[in-house]
Amino acid sequence: MPVMNYIQAVTQALKEEMTRDEKVFVLGEDVGVRGGVFRATDGLYEQFGEARVLDTPLAESAIAGVGIGAAMYGMRPVAEMQFVDFILPAVNQIISEAAKIRYRSNNDWSCPITIRAPYGGGVHGALYHSQSLESIFANQPGLKIVMPSTPYDVKGLLKAAIRDDDPVLFFEHKRAYRLIKGEVPTEDYTLPIGKADIKREGSDITVITYGLCVHFALQAAEKLEAEGISTHVLDLRTVYPLDEEAIIEAASKTGKVLLITEDNKEGSIIGQVSAIIAENCLFDLDAPIKRLAGPEVPSMPYAPTLEKEFMLNPDKVERAIRELAEF
Amino acid sequence: MIKTVKLPPQITEEKLVNLFKEMWLIRFFDEKVDEFFAKGMIHGTTHLCVGQEASASGACAVLEDRDKITSTHRGHGHCIAKGAEVNRMMAELFGRTTGYCKGKGGSMHIADVDKGNLGANGIVGGGIPLAVGAGLTSKMKEEGYVVLCFFGDGASNEGSFHEAINLASIWDLPVVFICENNQYGMSGPVKEMVNVENIADRAAAYGIPGKVVDGNDIIDVMNEVNEAVERARNGKGPSIIEAKTYRWKGHSKSDAKKYRTREEEKEWREKDPIGRLRKLLIDEGILTEEKADQLKQEAKKEVEDSVEFAKKSPEPSIDTLMEDIYA
Repeated sequence: MPVMNYIQAVTQALKEEMTRDEKVFVLGEDVGVRGGVFRATDGLYEQFGEARVLDTPLAESAIAGVGIGAAMYGMRPVAEMQFVDFILPAVNQIISEAAKIRYRSNNDWSCPITIRAPYGGGVHGALYHSQSLESIFANQPGLKIVMPSTPYDVKGLLKAAIRDDDPVLFFEHKRAYRLIKGEVPTEDYTLPIGKADIKREGSDITVITYGLCVHFALQAAEKLEAEGISTHVLDLRTVYPLDEEAIIEAASKTGKVLLITEDNKEGSIIGQVSAIIAENCLFDLDAPIKRLAGPEVPSMPYAPTLEKEFMLNPDKVERAIRELAEF
Repeated sequence: MIKTVKLPPQITEEKLVNLFKEMWLIRFFDEKVDEFFAKGMIHGTTHLCVGQEASASGACAVLEDRDKITSTHRGHGHCIAKGAEVNRMMAELFGRTTGYCKGKGGSMHIADVDKGNLGANGIVGGGIPLAVGAGLTSKMKEEGYVVLCFFGDGASNEGSFHEAINLASIWDLPVVFICENNQYGMSGPVKEMVNVENIADRAAAYGIPGKVVDGNDIIDVMNEVNEAVERARNGKGPSIIEAKTYRWKGHSKSDAKKYRTREEEKEWREKDPIGRLRKLLIDEGILTEEKADQLKQEAKKEVEDSVEFAKKSPEPSIDTLMEDIYA
């Protein structure tokens, strides 16, 4: 099986889906001739031409809205927001239109759009190129939000998102793009949206997280194993709607739960995960639910010292697991 | 007295000489930043205005101290032209406590309250409504100041452009919208992203004046901006001025510039705004060759000194991460 990095899996999935279905097309800022700021759409313009790889003006609301309209009339658009930070002008189209069109149209309309965007910090991007904004969309029934951690999951889930008959936000951690490598089958496959995935079996502590933080958890787990602490790692993969069954099962398995997000804690995805556990696992818990998250600041600062303090890392995860283990 | 060109009345020979040095300061600052990024001495991303010095310096030159500006992601030139200290700017790019944002902002977020610079902006088009808000304040409080709103050709396709300029036009607000058309929004050629020849033509849609100037000719910029500023100060409302120019460098540090030719770059380099002002000053007998070179060297030295200042400045302590969030 070939090994590729996270962003190559994005490109691979797009190429395969565009080849498989001529209704699939890509639109966004600099996605064509330049192949995207991070090169996620590299080679698509050359392979599929300007009719299916559309360089748009800087107009995020229109990129989303035009994509939504095209999706409603039977196309399968994949819209790129250059950074998730730039999605904010498009929130009205996504929440008011995409999320609600099926419900408000008596199920007559579908909106099979995929909106991709890189999120997250650790690349010195500063205030407007580092944010995690998934929680803005994570209380909007009608939307699905996928945030994969591995190249294998990226390919399978992006293909599933493109084929899904509902709007899917597909957020890719930009630090993972070239950092995270893994085996990816050359053949066609999809992975189920809405299903979490056990990335490591363990019996003492359960870590539930998503995106780049999955790797921090796996690295910490590896190290702690030598000390006799066995860590179970559940990767949410889809952060909205959540896979309640898998969360309950993972939390009940060990009775000690650590929830991790790079987003700030208040109002984040892991708050909802915590509520699910609290509602369902009271008698299985052996310790209070512990949350590890970014600090409550408006955005990731630029100075390297402050960015480092903001970002999570395997050491911080290790400390948190150890504290839970000692409880 | 200058004989060959017309100048706004407040632009003295001395001021013109200062502007010549200021343009060199802007150029050396950005070339130094370019060098540091290439060497990995500073991180993240940056957007350089080398080649565009005349629009920043010329537009700000006709302002009074009390007047305000809003800037863009390509804002180092605007900051310097509105009187920012290069020491504090360079320190910000180094992520140091002595920087304009105490290291939290970096290249794209420098603001300078004392000098009336409401700030650079990491969001394209983000500053346009803010400029209109500043203009509204000037009118409501009868303070008589004018707001210069810098933005690029790319930003003119954002919804904020339309919403804000329409508002400024119906309320006759004292705002001058300066579009620095450097021909490309990242990789998107303005010819392909805008369906009118000039962005200034859009002024007709708001019933306000729209003028095109040679953005590489500081004299042309000063004359037209001065007229628009006077008009705004006299309560006659906003204008759009489009300065046609060119960024010599790529969009940001990671730009292979596949979307344009080396010949085109060469043609624009021949329209060097600093060289043109130098020639005028020498032809008019205001500067000798020696004096011109001396001013250039002085500007270079100021930038070198700013690097020393930045390097000696402390990095922010971790505690500052949680500061400046609420009043």
